[in-house]
Amino acid sequence: MSAATFRSGARAGLPVVLGYLGIGIAAGVVERSAGLSYAEVLLLSTVLYAGSAQFVVASMLTLGNPAPAIVATVFLLNLRHLLLSAALAPALRKVPAWKNALIGLQLTDETFVVASGRSTLTAAWMAGLNLAAWSTWAAANLLGAALSGAAGDTRALAFALPCMFAGLLVLQAKAVQERWVLFAVLGVSAAVAGVLRLVSPGPQAIILSTVLGATAGLFAAQWTSAPKSSS
Amino acid sequence: MDIRPEILVLVLACALVTVLPRVLPLVVLARVQLPALVMDWLRYVPLSVLAALLTLELMGTGLAGLIAIAAALAIAWASGSLLGTVVAGVALFRLLA
Repeated sequence: MSAATFRSGARAGLPVVLGYLGIGIAAGVVERSAGLSYAEVLLLSTVLYAGSAQFVVASMLTLGNPAPAIVATVFLLNLRHLLLSAALAPALRKVPAWKNALIGLQLTDETFVVASGRSTLTAAWMAGLNLAAWSTWAAANLLGAALSGAAGDTRALAFALPCMFAGLLVLQAKAVQERWVLFAVLGVSAAVAGVLRLVSPGPQAIILSTVLGATAGLFAAQWTSAPKSSS
Repeated sequence: MDIRPEILVLVLACALVTVLPRVLPLVVLARVQLPALVMDWLRYVPLSVLAALLTLELMGTGLAGLIAIAAALAIAWASGSLLGTVVAGVALFRLLA
């Protein structure tokens, strides 16, 4: 494993940077079309810094939703970060609380998965990863805003998001030794997400699927493995 | 070019409800030793959230998306490269869609 420096963290973030370029441009186009100024696009992408939530804000603004409804939706949508933040915490036990707070500010699905593959993390490595992703995201949003008049089809660019999820999923899956545990987590989470999407679409689908999928993995691990020494 | 006050308030409110779940567990849970069962459960969270996010994304992309993601999964498995996966997946989706 390479040294956990700022530089190596930023380098580990390269795939995320590339993905964010595509998705960020798409987000900028959508935000500008929703009537946001360049300054507002910059504010949104640097301060909120949450891809799916920004798409939701833009579309709800376009539809004329009141601010409290938008804030409530963003809250539900981003509540999943509770799980991600909690999952990252054990690897950052040696880091001072104020640094962990700064690291948490820039936690996203993608940077989380890149980081969660490592057993111990340093604040510098996390800062490199986070700042590379965050600055790319803001720049891509602005670029998208500038292109919004000229941009034709941003669907292909936005497809970087599911591609990134797919790549991250495979990298995570390779790290799981027990096949049945893997099937349980993926199967239950995907099935619950799919059913919820059809029955009652909304931000709660991600949270519920994640909780049930992880719990299924836990049960599968308990059932399949012989009594194992803890941790 | 300006930032309208109502947009500023909206973005700050959205950021506040986003930052709390991002930061609180990292600050609080990094201080305490969690039970082994909870640690095991947390280990499955990344896979689980990715499966959910990918499923939800794919349900809106049609056949081209499904084919491109199937290819992306295979490429990721064979190459182990996240970068290559994203580039190939987007290129294939562009060709097909």
